[in-house]
Amino acid sequence: MEKPFAITLDVGSSLANKTGTWRTYRPQYVDRLPPCNNACPAGENIQEWLFHAESGDYEQAWRALTANNPLPAVMGRVCYHPCETACNRGQLDESVGINSVERFLGDQAIKLGWKFTPPASSSGKQVLVVGAGPSGLSAAYHLARLGHQVTIQEAGPFAGGMMRFGIPKYRLPRDVLDAEVQRILDLGVVLQLNTKVENIEQSMKAGGFDAAFLAVGAHIAKRAYIPAADSARMLDAMQVLRGMEDEEKPMLGRRVVVYGGGNTALDVARTAKRLGATDAIIVYRRTREKMPAHDFEVEEALQEGIMIKWLSTIKNMSDEGTLTVEKMALDASGFPQPTGEFETLESDSLVLALGQDVDLSLLNGVPGLEIKDGVVQVGTNMMTGRAGIFAGGDMVPSERTVTVAIGHGKKAARNIDAWLRGETFAPAPKHALAEFDKLNTWYYDDAPKMVRPTLDLARRQSTFEEVVGGLDESTALFEARRCLSCGNCFECDNCYGVCPDNAVIKLGPGNRFEFNYDYCKGCGICRTECPCGAIVMVPETI
Amino acid sequence: MTATTIKFYQTGTHTVGNRLLDPEHRSVQADMRRTNSLNSGHRACQGCGEALGARYAIDAAMQATDNQLIAANATGCLEVFSTPYPETSWQIPWIHSLFGNTAAVATGIAAAMRVKGRSDVRVVAQGGDGGTTDIGFGCLSGMFERNDDVLYICYDNEAYMNTGVQRSSATPGAARTATTPAVGTAPGNVFGQGKNLPLIAMAHEIPYVATAIVSELRDLEAKVKRAMEIRGARYIHVFVPCPLGWGTNSWDTIHIARLAKETGVFPVFEAERDQIVSVSKIRKQLPVEDYLRPQRRFAHLFSPKPNTDAIAHIQALADRNIRRFGLVDPAADTAIAAPVATGNP
Ligand SMILES: Cc1ncc(C[n+]2csc(CCOP(=O)(O)OP(=O)(O)O)c2C)c(N)n1
Ligand code: SF4
Ligand SMILES: [Mg+2]
Repeated sequence: MEKPFAITLDVGSSLANKTGTWRTYRPQYVDRLPPCNNACPAGENIQEWLFHAESGDYEQAWRALTANNPLPAVMGRVCYHPCETACNRGQLDESVGINSVERFLGDQAIKLGWKFTPPASSSGKQVLVVGAGPSGLSAAYHLARLGHQVTIQEAGPFAGGMMRFGIPKYRLPRDVLDAEVQRILDLGVVLQLNTKVENIEQSMKAGGFDAAFLAVGAHIAKRAYIPAADSARMLDAMQVLRGMEDEEKPMLGRRVVVYGGGNTALDVARTAKRLGATDAIIVYRRTREKMPAHDFEVEEALQEGIMIKWLSTIKNMSDEGTLTVEKMALDASGFPQPTGEFETLESDSLVLALGQDVDLSLLNGVPGLEIKDGVVQVGTNMMTGRAGIFAGGDMVPSERTVTVAIGHGKKAARNIDAWLRGETFAPAPKHALAEFDKLNTWYYDDAPKMVRPTLDLARRQSTFEEVVGGLDESTALFEARRCLSCGNCFECDNCYGVCPDNAVIKLGPGNRFEFNYDYCKGCGICRTECPCGAIVMVPETI
Repeated sequence: MTATTIKFYQTGTHTVGNRLLDPEHRSVQADMRRTNSLNSGHRACQGCGEALGARYAIDAAMQATDNQLIAANATGCLEVFSTPYPETSWQIPWIHSLFGNTAAVATGIAAAMRVKGRSDVRVVAQGGDGGTTDIGFGCLSGMFERNDDVLYICYDNEAYMNTGVQRSSATPGAARTATTPAVGTAPGNVFGQGKNLPLIAMAHEIPYVATAIVSELRDLEAKVKRAMEIRGARYIHVFVPCPLGWGTNSWDTIHIARLAKETGVFPVFEAERDQIVSVSKIRKQLPVEDYLRPQRRFAHLFSPKPNTDAIAHIQALADRNIRRFGLVDPAADTAIAAPVATGNP
């Protein structure tokens, strides 16, 4: 070709110059484990479902959520949300209101009638689930979605377990619970109520079950020895809370004393108040700091006028209901010690809320089982010493919360599924944690946490209406968008924009990005400017 | 500058893109079809702020002009690293001028386009701080004074980087360069009278003057777009950190730029004629030390013993910027207005 004056070479593109050879470190996209997911006892992929909620795609969000937990409307009310305690945003302003968004999604699903997708095929296997509490329902749900035929045998007259007989209506309205239970049954799960399993081996044989999951919970109230006169009215927390589900509500009188310091003690006292007690007094042997009940529950109870006597034990109860209470003092190791100082307390009834034991009678005669401290021992796969019999929830060693129970149900279901196929379940390896220092928080806007409305005090003291309300669409969306997407690309385009070498390839919505290692010089700006810590620099092997 | 106020979308407009925003509200750089006017394979150092600033600005100008753009480029890093004959990284019509005459060359191109009746073709001139504030200053002032229809963009990395980090009239006081070594009683560059080119441009009363910074992409793009809506002489001064010349980490380029703005060292504003019309406020105010410390060109201010006088001097200059341009909003409420809960019960 004829070239202009003084030009000897054809014009070329700099693309011929592969600057990738300069690199000593290469950027790589990673997914890190967000602290919320890490903290969730039910193994929810919170960051993932928030991502869908942020786009306003609530159904997709709900489907991602329920892949791990079938009870979001319940969870969004009763979960103690360790996710929010762990949330990185807490170090910036306030944690993301994960629990309120979860509730919004759960309520939305009930309102719009969203259903679970039934399994594509049936395995032909039969699984018996004993107990229709959170753990049993969760296991039944996961097993059903994996294609197994599930039968739940429940001793009580309703499904729900502790969600019904342990959590008062003002925290969990029963229509919400019923709707979420029904949705699980709609998957083809058979629920047999008033069916107490007396002997697990026999029940399995009789029903032709290939495996069983036991989740009978812990509902035998622990008693403390308190000398009491014959006509003294002494009840236990389980009697009271279970009685609330009957037509005839328990008669507690005007002055109700509750003995204990857990959430159940608070639930009983708050229930007594709503039943018309003028005084509902909790007697607890240690201090507020040592109280196992959750802080917000103590707060709500105090607001409602519940009184709490700290550092006190009950010695005895007279015919007239007079309680003798001994003052305690904490010793150096933080244990309460008697002081020999006594006082009296008038009561119409005393309710013991001292924890619960497990009824293990159904396991009598099952070989290979190990029982320690009143609970059944299980392996990491949730299987008991007896092959094919798995257990979870309050009847195995664990923290006794609804969420933990739901997590057990899921874990057990996955292991049962593998076991039925003669395999062992191998959970996917966990990603490294997305700690706060992995984030570039410059990019996030300040945004206040949306708080849920609470019922006015007068109605809280006299009715069983739900105390905590829900977020509406706009506030729930706002709250979801407060999520920092810790450790997981949310397609903010920063890497694509900040690369001085145009070495990041944008793959389009939903497909994230790719590095063009032909030209990436390894400067690391993308890593520094990634808001959520989803890029790492790794040394090149030269 | 005027930016659309948007609802709270996780990162607002701080990030390059935002999947929750309408496409027309997203940045040019977020667009999969951006020009990439300065393409891969250029020979700029790792983490070059100038390469980044140039792509940001020219991609935005390309979008604003419907790709009808010609650029003249002064000698300097941007020219040398992009176009070692016969290769070039430019994906637009581009001409290399001399070191000192790029404003005049651009004026010529604009005149030629006028003669050809191609009013749709727009002209950009670009150069480094040396080519702009020193050797090209005469040509640039003439271009302003004649109000030639050119947008001049200066990429300010505060020294003659291409030839090995020599001092320019844009080099800050106390900075170490090859010609202002950190020796003697007043190490580094002298604190002179300063030569603030954006203010000098304003003194010419040209229609549009702005400063911008690589850490504020949306602001930079909006200014280029605005400049392209106007005819006549326009000037944008872009602050671009230079990892090699400043002794900063290649991965910190944007971070350093952000610190320059958050400390008040580099004021980001916009002017029409001789009036400032908008200011980009400091979001989280920081002391100048935070900006100086990570740069080896200021290392002698901190060891062997702290040079408190020099640091105080630089702080005083930043404070003056803050006062003069109103960079800090006393009543600033950075929190996003939240919707009011109307949920049950
Ligand atoms: C008339 C003239 N004098 C000197 C040079 C050598 N020279 C080339 S680039 C340059 C410095 C450029 O500095 P600046 O304009 O700040 O751009 P940077 O390289 O820093 O981006 C010099 C001195 C030249 N090309 N022409
Ligand atoms: S900010 Fe989002 S991803 Fe990070 S911990 Fe909180 S909820 Fe999880
Ligand atoms: Mg320069």
